[in-house]
Order: sequence, then C-alpha cells, then structure tokens
Amino acid sequence: MLENVWVIPAITFASFWLILFFGKRLPFKGSEVGLFAVGLCLVLSTIAGFQWINHHSEPVKAEAGASAEAVHEPEMMRVPVDHEVTWFEIGQGKDKIKVEAGTHMDGLAVVMLFTVSVISFLVHVFSTNYMAGDRRFTHYYAALSLFTTGMFVLVTSSNTLQALFGWELMGVCSFMLIGHWWEEQKNSDAALKAFFTTRTGDIGLLVGISILFWEAGRTFDIATINAKALNGQIGHTVLVWAAVALLIAVIGKSAQFPLHTWLPDAMAGPTPVSALIHAATMVVAGVYLLARLYGVFWSGFDIGGGGINPVAVIGGTTIIIAAALAFVQTDIKKVLAYSTVSQLGYMVMALGVGAWTGAVFHFFTHAFFKALLFLGAGSVSHAVHSFDMVEDMGGLKKWMPKTFWTFIIGSLALAGVFPLAGFWSKDEILLGAGKNGYQFFMIVGLVGAFMTAAYMVRCVYLTFFGEFRGHGHPHESPAPITVPLITLAVLSVGAGLLNAPKLFGGEWFGRLVENEVFHTAQVPTHAFSVPAAVLSMAVVLTALGVAGILYFGQKLPRGVTQRSRPARVGYTFLANRYYLDHLYTGVVVGGIKGPIARAAYWVNQNILDGIVNGAGASARFFGAFIYKWIDQGAIDGAVNGSGAGAESLGQAFRRLQTGRVQQYGSLLFGATALLALALVTFVR
Amino acid sequence: MLLNEFLLLGAALFSIGVYGVLARKNGVLVLMSIELILNAVNINMIAFGYMGGTATAVTGQVFALFIITVAAAEVGVGLAIVLLIYRNKTTVDLDDVDAMKG
Repeated sequence: MLENVWVIPAITFASFWLILFFGKRLPFKGSEVGLFAVGLCLVLSTIAGFQWINHHSEPVKAEAGASAEAVHEPEMMRVPVDHEVTWFEIGQGKDKIKVEAGTHMDGLAVVMLFTVSVISFLVHVFSTNYMAGDRRFTHYYAALSLFTTGMFVLVTSSNTLQALFGWELMGVCSFMLIGHWWEEQKNSDAALKAFFTTRTGDIGLLVGISILFWEAGRTFDIATINAKALNGQIGHTVLVWAAVALLIAVIGKSAQFPLHTWLPDAMAGPTPVSALIHAATMVVAGVYLLARLYGVFWSGFDIGGGGINPVAVIGGTTIIIAAALAFVQTDIKKVLAYSTVSQLGYMVMALGVGAWTGAVFHFFTHAFFKALLFLGAGSVSHAVHSFDMVEDMGGLKKWMPKTFWTFIIGSLALAGVFPLAGFWSKDEILLGAGKNGYQFFMIVGLVGAFMTAAYMVRCVYLTFFGEFRGHGHPHESPAPITVPLITLAVLSVGAGLLNAPKLFGGEWFGRLVENEVFHTAQVPTHAFSVPAAVLSMAVVLTALGVAGILYFGQKLPRGVTQRSRPARVGYTFLANRYYLDHLYTGVVVGGIKGPIARAAYWVNQNILDGIVNGAGASARFFGAFIYKWIDQGAIDGAVNGSGAGAESLGQAFRRLQTGRVQQYGSLLFGATALLALALVTFVR
Repeated sequence: MLLNEFLLLGAALFSIGVYGVLARKNGVLVLMSIELILNAVNINMIAFGYMGGTATAVTGQVFALFIITVAAAEVGVGLAIVLLIYRNKTTVDLDDVDAMKG
C-alpha cells in the first residue's frame, strides 16, 4: 500500500466525477458513492498505517554532536517509500529538466493520510443527515470528494509542483463549499473572501517553489530540496527569501495573523464543511507545508539557534489575538473558528520553536477534537436552527445529552486537560519552546492555553447551561449525527496517549513520524517533564476555575462595557476584529483601488477610447469608400451590366424564336447547305 | 449503268423531300417528305455500295436496311405526335403549332 498510495487520491477523484455525472440518478443522490470512496480510502490508509508501523527501519546515521538529550535509544528511522514516474520533460541535452510525479510516504504523510480519511469519512456520514434535502445535495458530495482529493494529493506528493496542484484544488473546493448557499450575498462574499485571501498567500507559494526549483538544481523534489537546504548547498540568503515566501503561503492558507480574517467568515458554509476545513484539510495544509519543507525553514530562519524568528512570531501572535477574539463572539461557530486560528497558531509556533513532533502531534489530536466541536455545533444548530449562542441557545444540556457530553469532552481536550488529547500535544509544544531557547514563546503558549480554557467555558456555558432562550422544542439529533460525535469523542480522549511516555514503548507517535528531515536537521527531542506538565495543567485549571466562577457563579460584572470606558474601548476593538477587515477592504484595497481605478479610467477614456474611436472612424471612412466606389460602382456595375447585356441579347435572339417548325427547318437546311458548300470548296 | 444517274435520281428525290418538308403545311405530308429524303439517301447508299469497291461487300445495302428500319420507327413516333397535335388543336396545320414562339 505504501508503494501504491496514489490509488487513494485516485479513488476520491473518480468518486468526484461519478457523483457529478451519475449522482442525481442514484437512490441516495450520490452520497453513497462519496461514502463508499472515502470509506475505502479510510481502509486503505489504515492498511498503509499498519504497514508503516511494521516497515523496515534502520539506525539513524549518527553524526558528531548529535543532540545530547536523545530520547529514543537506539534511534531508529523507518525508510521512506518513494514511487515516482516521469511526468514530463523540458529541454534537451544538458539543460533537460525531468519533472517527476509520485508519492513520498513517510511517517508524516501516513499520519496525515489517516487523519484526513477519518475526519472526511465522519463528515460524509454526518452530512447524510445534516444536509438531507438540500437543493445541491449531489454537488455538495461531489465537492467534498474533490476537496478530500486535494488534501490527499498534497500529503502524498513527493514534489512541490504536485503539492501545488493539491493546494490549489483545495482552494477551489473551499470556495465552492463555503459558497454552497450562494443565494445569500453574505455567503457568496465569504467564499470570495476566502478564495482571494488564500490566493494572496499562494503568490508566496509560487515564488517559494520557483526559488527552490532553481536553487536546488532544477528540481521540484521535496526530499532533495530539504537535503540541500540542510547540508548548505543552497545559499543562506536565498534560503531566507524562499522561507519568507513559503511562510506567506502558510499564513494565507493556515489563516495566520494577519491573513486570518477569511477563516471566521468561512463559517458561512455548511457546518460539516467547516469541520472538514478546520480539522483535516485546507487550513492544516499550510502547517503541513511548513512541516514538509522543514529543512528550508530550519536552515533559513536558523530555528535551532533559539531566540526569535518569523515563524514563531507569527504563530505566537496568532495564538493570542485569535483567542482574544473568541471571547466576544456570539456565534458558536465563530468561537470555534477563532479557536482553530489560535490552535493553528500553536502548530506554526511549535514549528517555529523547533518542536516539530509537537506540531505534527498537535495537528493529529486537534483534528479529532476540533472536528468533534464543529460537528457538535452542527448538531446544536440542527436542533435550534441558529448559531447564535446568546439569543437562541442555553440549557440544551437537558435536551441533547449526547451532544452535550461529547461537546464537553471536545472542550476539555481543546483546553488541554489531563489526560485528554490536547494536553499531550500542547504540553509537548510548550516543553519544546521552553527547552529550545524560546522561553518567551512558552509564556505566550501558556497565556494562550489560559485563554483557550476560559473561552471554551464561556461557549459551553452559553450553549448548554442556564435557561433555554430560543424558540420551539430542541431535540437530540439522529444517529448519523451522534455516531460521528461519539467516535470523535473516543478519539479525542485516546489520541493523546499515543505519544505519552511509558505507553506503547514510550513516545510511540514521535518515533512513527520523525522523518529524514527531522533526523538530518537534528531537531532536538525532549523527554516528558512532570514539572512542565504540572505548570500547564495549573494554568488550564486556573482558567477553568476563574471562568467557571465568573459564568456559573453569575459573578460576571453585568454591563461592564457600559460602565467602564477602557472595557468599552477594548470590546469595540475586539468586536471589530482589530479593524483588520477595515484595513484590508478600506485602506489597502480602497487605497489601491482608487488611484488604480482613476488611472485606469483616464487610460480608458483618453487612450483606449482614442484608439477605439480612431479605429472606428477610419474603418467607417474606408467602408464608405468601398461602398461608394467598389461596391456600387464596380461590382454592381458588372452585375447589372451582365444582366442588361443578357437581356438585350435575349431580346435580339427572341425574334428568331417564331415557333414555326418549318422556319427552323429552313434555317437548318440553309446553314447545312452553306457548311457543305464551304466544305466542298475549301477542303480538298 | 453509270453511277451518276443514280446520284442524280437521289439528288432530285432529296430536293423534292426538302421542298416538301419546308413548304407543306400539313404535318402528315411533312413526315412523308422526310421519308423521301431518307429514301434519297438510301438510293445513294445502295448505288455506292453496288458500283464502288469490292462486289462482295454489301455495306451500303445493309446500311440502307438499317435506315429503313429506323425510318419506320421514326414515322411511328412522328405520326403519334401529329395525332396528339390534332387531338389538342383539331388541326394538323404546322402554322398553327407555334407554342414555342419567343
């Protein structure tokens, strides 16, 4: 399976076309095709996972000065499986460039593949009920298939060009799915915003890929690029620029500050799509790119050196600003959206501080509990037909016990409570930040953890406790919705244990994913530290306690925004999302748009119109000339002349046609006689 | 016997035929005049065939037989045409048959 992993994206791609062409005629409107395809992919990627676990491994080539604190003794690394075919060739002789298409399977790819399959499958199951009766049900499933294909192509890709295909495929699909209910202006605007904002980042990706293509000896191969970046065959300045360009791509796709504004708006799409976008595809593509091309970032930004670097700064900033925004949202999905932005900040920061394994592990665990929370929010909205926590929810604990308990599990996992999934991954990131010389970012991470726990308390309180504020009678959702919730809840509880110390042979997950780049770069690994874990637990529990007292104890000062001026200013600032949207649409877009529009108008009026009008006038003059002289004079003259000539000739010959047979006969005989005479006279 | 006498007979017969064709107003008589022309040609054929060339060759005579056969067919068609003209116009006067006048 590791060899022929290309069939996984091929299956979902085929499913896309099948649903598109035949979906409407099938008994379940195409959903069965999507479910079957993704289910098959889940089975295949599970098989690939087991094959990877039992895969041939060999000791890491120990180099002088290997990290002193190595945990795994002896360090073993599974050999990546490559399968490549020639895609196309350009040029001839020495300049020939061979571009290959293929798959590169290592621990990172296997884990991504498995996670994407699981989440996508559960989203497919969830959607059968949630989207039932939708006008574009079939197209929805087709787009889900294509979306999953995009992520599969990206994670299995062995080269940057192929990765770009998957990356852009996801961009298109997210546009289609966010704008699924495009009849409403708001949704179609959100889809456009998501598309354009991520496109802005994609410019960085194109630039980065191009730089690396030329500098790594005309190759798109990711393994080669990483190896050359790490052993110094690519100049440092070039690497810095390439890393900056790629970081811009990551910022756009993974919704990092300052391009995070599209992700909360992307909530306009159907809720299962949000779960898919936030947990498994699209936004984690950026993090994946960062982890996949880690050699470039590691060397370019000197991540091993400690102190400060752009990746960590972007990640850290995103954690704090997004978490702060989550406090002022009334829409349950937007709370979760900002939470995702914040958690993605964790992953990016983790990669920035050298906690590679922590980042990948956090992606893995986050996928489960964030998908759980989104699907839980979908279940709630299914019951109350709204996403507004303040107006239409409250007290749902009574009516929706399954949704309530799974949501609680998801929230605790997100907050990072021992021993749920989020605890292990977040702890690993914080530990890495602390030990790799990034103490400041460890503090940022702890503050982020505090805020995360607090806003989730607020969200849970508003949704499930207190009095019901909505209309009608909410009810528990049916099985296609609750079964994915329970599955994800189990995974949210258990996934973290995979990398726990002393379980499965100790830090099992880490040994599974740590790849060639990781070992070549000698990314440091750190053993689980009890004091650090106690510290982060203490922070989280304090946050839970403080927020719990404030909300559940009704101790929240009412009307503080009316009474206190600083609080009001702060609230307004947050409610307007730091005015970033105003900055983008008003200042940046407006500032560029105005002068450009005026210049374009001037050019249009004076130059283009001049050319067009001049061309028109001369064409008109020429046309008139042709008409008058050539058409009317020459051609019509010839036509009319031939007609008139034929007529007068006809009139002349008409006299001969008397209708008298004997006259014809006389002419005939006369003529024959003359010819005979001529014959006799002249031909001898 | 001289060939000239036969040729003179043929020429006379031919001229009478041409005159008949061009001058007679009655359609049936015109057809009869055409027969005269054809028979004038027949006389010439047989005369050349008998007088000239080898005595055993009977090409001229055979040709004349063919002409007689074709002439019979021609008269059949011609008389049918005259009959139809008569039915339509109740006359066989060729001066009245001028539908083709331009």
